Amino acid sequence: MLTVPGVTVREATQDDLVGGVRPRWVALPETVEEIAAVMRASAAHDLAVVTVGGGTKLHWGAPPERCDLLIDTCCLGDVLEHAAGDLVVRVQAGTTMETLAETLAREGQELALDVPLEGATVGGTLATATAGPRRLRYGTARDLLIGITAVLADGTIAHSGGRVVKNVAGYDLGKLFTGSYGTLAVIAEATFRLHPLPAERRWITAEFPPDELSFPMRDLLDSQHEPVAIEVDWPDLSGPCTVCVLVEGVAAEERATAVRDLLKPPATVEASPPPWWGRLPDGILIEARGPRLTLAADLPHVRDAAGRFDVTLRGSVAAGAMHVTPASDSDPGQVAAFLTELRSRLSGPVVLLAAPDEVAALVDRWGPTGGLTLMRRVKERFDPDRRLSPGRFVGGL
Amino acid sequence: MTVDAIAAAAREILTPESVITDPVRLRTYECDGLTHYRVSPGLVVLPETAEQVAAVVRLCVEHGVPFVARGSGTGLSGGALPRSDGVLIVTSRMRRIVELDLPRHRAVVEPGVTNLAITEAVREHGFYYAPDPSSQQICSIGGNVAENSGGAHCLKYGFTVNHVLGLEVVTPDGEIVQLDANDPGYDLLGAFVGSEGTLGITTKITVRLSRAPETVITLLAAFDDIEGGGRAVSAIISAGVVPAAIEMMDALAIQAAEASVSCGYPEGAGAVLIVELDGPHAAVAHQFTEVERICQQEGAFELRQAASAEERAAIWRGRKSAFAAVGRISPAYIVQDGVVPRTALPQVLAGIDALQDEYGIRVANVFHAGDGNLHPLVLFDDAVPGEGERAELVSARILDLCLQHGGSITGEHGVGVDKSRYMPKMFSEEDLDTMQLVRCAFDPRGLSNPGKVFPTPRLCGEVPGVRKGVHPLVESGQAEQF
Repeated sequence: MLTVPGVTVREATQDDLVGGVRPRWVALPETVEEIAAVMRASAAHDLAVVTVGGGTKLHWGAPPERCDLLIDTCCLGDVLEHAAGDLVVRVQAGTTMETLAETLAREGQELALDVPLEGATVGGTLATATAGPRRLRYGTARDLLIGITAVLADGTIAHSGGRVVKNVAGYDLGKLFTGSYGTLAVIAEATFRLHPLPAERRWITAEFPPDELSFPMRDLLDSQHEPVAIEVDWPDLSGPCTVCVLVEGVAAEERATAVRDLLKPPATVEASPPPWWGRLPDGILIEARGPRLTLAADLPHVRDAAGRFDVTLRGSVAAGAMHVTPASDSDPGQVAAFLTELRSRLSGPVVLLAAPDEVAALVDRWGPTGGLTLMRRVKERFDPDRRLSPGRFVGGL
Repeated sequence: MTVDAIAAAAREILTPESVITDPVRLRTYECDGLTHYRVSPGLVVLPETAEQVAAVVRLCVEHGVPFVARGSGTGLSGGALPRSDGVLIVTSRMRRIVELDLPRHRAVVEPGVTNLAITEAVREHGFYYAPDPSSQQICSIGGNVAENSGGAHCLKYGFTVNHVLGLEVVTPDGEIVQLDANDPGYDLLGAFVGSEGTLGITTKITVRLSRAPETVITLLAAFDDIEGGGRAVSAIISAGVVPAAIEMMDALAIQAAEASVSCGYPEGAGAVLIVELDGPHAAVAHQFTEVERICQQEGAFELRQAASAEERAAIWRGRKSAFAAVGRISPAYIVQDGVVPRTALPQVLAGIDALQDEYGIRVANVFHAGDGNLHPLVLFDDAVPGEGERAELVSARILDLCLQHGGSITGEHGVGVDKSRYMPKMFSEEDLDTMQLVRCAFDPRGLSNPGKVFPTPRLCGEVPGVRKGVHPLVESGQAEQF
């Protein structure tokens, strides 16, 4: 049995699988220092480590090359400091995004980062760089993160940034660790900039033929109504798609009316979102990315790539990230062929975020990327022994 | 000499007139906007393409010679200070706007393009480039990327890093690499922006273009004292209003601005606040009412609303002239750049007051109040023995105050050579070692802008930055300073 002084460690069970790989132990640290102790022990015993928070995205990315120890951040669930006057919060990585939101709402504030999967933690959200509809206005996690504390493979505790929004001292390690799938460091604490909760929210919904989507998208993006999100839901590729726009803050009703007029009747204004709003579909998940407007023009290409293959599409088309989901009973070979077809037809990256092994075995999950040589060199410096989520990320990082 | 060998080879790769070895011409490049640090570069090259930059970098690698990139040379932390044993790669001839893609709200530009040139190229179509460092008329976008430049309006719109969508960079190995925000993998783009030239040289930048706001309202509020202004700032932010900018000046800064540009701020003001609101008309109108109410509630004795572009410019004139203007009331001064949490502003300002009394040194306060970014101007007379040293002490202790209150040693001017010695006060040895891992991954030979950002043995004759008089760019009207 692995022992780490002061840290609870238990034997792993069948419930602790990471991409089908069963770790031997699960560590439950409660502080940054305890994570450091766990990492020092892992270094001493050459243990490969994967970190898990809510486990909502543990099946994303490739299975680890090896996994001896799972660090479960469930006991790192405290909101450490909410400086409401400064619109800043410092929080432990294991805190769920829901708990964080509840704490912040008491002071009329929020982290303007939508959570596409219920139960996700701060650490997992950062590690996978998930975001939701409002990325159009507020950016993604990397744009809202102002400070980070992480533990390196050898147990070194490293900070970067701070607790002020405006700060250019030193390298921004927070950006490097955000979206790194746990392959560079264990994220322990994060400091975010906050926003006041908007006074009002209005959702404006309309249907469009997918071949004509570029026009309303361009009008919306060029408008003066400050939409914070423009989402598309296309559950049946043989039919029209639904466009839903969110305006929030001061004079939301007035601006919503203006957006409705722009989209033309029978567009409707509601005070609550449609049920699909901001939720990632279950099952196989393909993410297509591209500059603003590019994806709107890509919708017909998705339909052409699919042919008679059954897929649905949803996401932040205007902001440049949308999700395509083949039916859960799809043949693995067909999914792989569809992914390859998508990559040939779309101009931006197409990533297979989540898929069963039999699908993933047939394709490169990530596709081509710029700067892979540099990424490998960064990985070598941070994790020379390949003990942090080895093989999980792009190019086998 | 190795630099001579590089010069000879560079003449083959670039045009001969793009390679400068004449000592008199080299001296033109001996400093950036922080004029107190001066080093004549060993060699200056003026490439016109990314391939030429890469070829020069490969020559440097081959000969083990350090290189420094420079845009317009407006930086205020000595980030582009050359090396006498190295090559200065100046991007001023790489100033093409490669592509304007208005439907997708993007522009692709070369690094020597000035910040304002991007806005000027798209203004007629109702767009602009949001980050607005005060030197925007002359500073280069490549330099903005290196420094992660901000500006008065970054309170609402964010910094350079939030507006850069892609980069082409020449790595310290001399490879040309494309970094795209949409590509899967590590956010090397995010790590590169703000790395002050230590991770490579930018040769092409894809920036986001923003829609020009429908409405802009600028308000000037005069208070008896700086505490009243500070309370108003906190109340505005707490009320959920996010202005495009909130700027504050204290009595001494106002006095200097009046002496310099006769900005006509309300008489007897102990502090003035400039609040700019922008966005959809309906939202701005509502927020304006709120800001007006808060300012009155916190004791503003006069409120002025700019009703035209001219009146807005008049309100901003005093603020924008403040740095240069202190030259009217003091023979020499140090510009400081520190950040504190907004709620700590009153204590930090009181602390600066106490330092003035303790050292007998005057400090004029000008700051981006909305995000707690202070620019104290530490005034002194260098003809008085010992006063310069006391001013340096006050300047250093102001940074200590910022750190004591959980702030930062720099909000927008960068670390450069000027503040690398303060880095250990803000970060632990482990933090700095971890940052070095990134440096080593990109630049294992340590040739890309060495001696900047991280604490290293200081150069000979290096002394803390003192500004005396006005920067030549400001004097000639080519740049303004915040």
